Amino acid sequence: MSAQSSSIDLKKSLLDTLLAGLLALVIFGPIVGVVLDGYSFNFHADRVVWSVAVVMAGRFLVSAFLQTSHGKKFSSRFDLTGSGVTVLPPGYKSNMRWILLLVVLVAAVLPFVANKYILTVVILGLIYVLLGLGLNIVVGLAGLLDLGYVAFYAIGAYGLALGYEHLGLGFWSAIPLAALLAAFAGAILGFPVLRMHGDYLAIVTLGFGEIIRLVLNNWSSLTGGPNGMAVPSPTFLGLEFGRKAKDGGIPFHEFFGIAYNPNLKYIFIYTVLFIVVMTVLYLKHRLTRMPLGRAWEALREDEIACRAMGLNHVLVKLSAFMIGASTAGIAGVFFASYQGFVNPTSFTFFESALILAIVVLGGMGSTVGVVIAAFVLTVVPELLRNFADYRVLLFGVLMVVMMIWKPRGLIRINRIGIAVPEGVAK
Amino acid sequence: MDALFLQQMVNGLTLGSVYGLIAIGYTMVYGIIGMINFAHGEVYMISAYLSAITLALLAFFGLHSFPLLILGTLIITVAITCAYGWVIERVAYKPLRNSTRLAPLISAIGISLILQNYVQLTQGARQQGIPTLLEGAARLDFAGGFVQITYTKIFILLASFIGMGVLTYIIKCTRLGRMCRATQQDRKMASILGINTDRVISYVFVIGAAMAALAGVLITMNYGTFDFYAGFIIGIKAFTAAVLGGIGSLPGAMLGGLILGIAEAQFSSVINSDYKDVFSFALLVVILIFRPQGLLGRPKVTKV
Repeated sequence: MSAQSSSIDLKKSLLDTLLAGLLALVIFGPIVGVVLDGYSFNFHADRVVWSVAVVMAGRFLVSAFLQTSHGKKFSSRFDLTGSGVTVLPPGYKSNMRWILLLVVLVAAVLPFVANKYILTVVILGLIYVLLGLGLNIVVGLAGLLDLGYVAFYAIGAYGLALGYEHLGLGFWSAIPLAALLAAFAGAILGFPVLRMHGDYLAIVTLGFGEIIRLVLNNWSSLTGGPNGMAVPSPTFLGLEFGRKAKDGGIPFHEFFGIAYNPNLKYIFIYTVLFIVVMTVLYLKHRLTRMPLGRAWEALREDEIACRAMGLNHVLVKLSAFMIGASTAGIAGVFFASYQGFVNPTSFTFFESALILAIVVLGGMGSTVGVVIAAFVLTVVPELLRNFADYRVLLFGVLMVVMMIWKPRGLIRINRIGIAVPEGVAK
Repeated sequence: MDALFLQQMVNGLTLGSVYGLIAIGYTMVYGIIGMINFAHGEVYMISAYLSAITLALLAFFGLHSFPLLILGTLIITVAITCAYGWVIERVAYKPLRNSTRLAPLISAIGISLILQNYVQLTQGARQQGIPTLLEGAARLDFAGGFVQITYTKIFILLASFIGMGVLTYIIKCTRLGRMCRATQQDRKMASILGINTDRVISYVFVIGAAMAALAGVLITMNYGTFDFYAGFIIGIKAFTAAVLGGIGSLPGAMLGGLILGIAEAQFSSVINSDYKDVFSFALLVVILIFRPQGLLGRPKVTKV
């Protein structure tokens, strides 16, 4: 044994391991080992042995590691109460503009090189970026835990589907209308609840998300119930993207004299979506520097102090809630036109949890983090289809570990400090 | 109509007493650390699986008399579910005691996703069930018709009232209960006076899990079927019951459970059973708007 590991109290580690093993046996034993099959069961002793062994090995390693000097340093570094932002030195030049340029260049080239599969994955990723950004305003900036965020997403998607069927609305008119509708729903829901303690909001929004899904599922005469509804393809200045336009119109490719490309619809959605995401990114960037954005963050950090300073907490929270909701509404319109139909299974609580995982992983309030996390959490499962069953489990573990390890997310908000002008006493 | 009303009253009362049992877990945890334990519904779901597994095992080992079977199932299920409650608190909430306000909530959602997926992966996604344990029903005849009460329902009512009675006794009259009440009133002061508040918080989670386990056994007996997603809806309803009664108040949780159960049963018979979940959620929103402190709760005063 080396000098360092000799300082490990092996007895304590072994005791920890034994206790963890016993607990794992009690906890995992029945559920992992006895699989119900009708009124009888099958016995799987091997799975119990494996799960207990994994827990014991893990507990031993953690226990031993935390006693080494590295481990002590590691556990003391857990940022539990650190403040929300990192302040950069004044005059700090971010190289974000170069990264942004690169992203725009890659995004511009993508439609010409990507096939349909990559295009659809990227569109899905961008939709989740939009959702993540919207929820990040609500959860990350204003500190309001919204567990029914998917309801606003559903309102956007069904807004397009119902608007098309009953009012003849198209993609373009649906975007602003869905944003307004979702914001209105957010206001109706948020106004009474936001006056109260923050935790109630979480459960009320959770209930609201379920109400919307249940209504969509049960009101078959309006929404088609579980079968869903058809959604029209988007058009550009009234030009359709199909090979042949309906009602004798001229399709897009003939009008512009280019060869027909079956991906045109996706390229179009991708382009518009990219522009929308960039606009939202810019707006959010500006909002966080406006008094409103500052008020959100101040409320997140200490509500009582803010109210004492004269901020109207209901209006400030409501604005965050409504802006977040309208973003989800827009995302819903894109999702519906991208899928071509909508049904209630796309709007379950799991979807809300996924968006929340994006915000938690990316960093509460951090824009870059959310963009990266949205792509990681939507694109990686596409690549790892074999592990699809474990996706929810991984999200759960991710949430717990992130909250213990870095409650502010991987990428923290940073802000450039303000230099004290010369001649001012420090 | 009269008979239907009374029948639904009975159904609602049984359902409501079980909601009350689960609501106790929410209300006690909220009372003591001010956090909504989102994973509590999943603890109930786990206990439903455990009760079916225990029943199958006990029957496999040749136990067939009803009192022994139900007693064995109850004891084993409650014991293992308590272990779940303790481990969840230890792993997901204890490290976050001094963290940001949102952290425990998000961690709880993580735990609830983990538990759902864990059961789905190990037990499969399909519905599971148990055979009827207690056959037969009592029939009450009166002028306008008759009301039928199955023996299972009577058993559920008895068992849940005994469970609530035992809990009330523990909280009111034992040393552990005094420590819980002290910690709920003022955690810092309690720890100055020599109460190990961390341990009390663990006990509260264990008590909540035990009540959820009792509810799990009883609901499984009544309905016979459950799946890995069962904890979600019941969890929200039990939370509604806790809020209705006044969160943080024990008798409130029981009262809220009974009222919610009856209201839901009457709603589904008179109006529409497709929307009974919508009704419960809507009720939650309405209570929070008009009487956030609930029926028996006190308005919350924030101290700085």
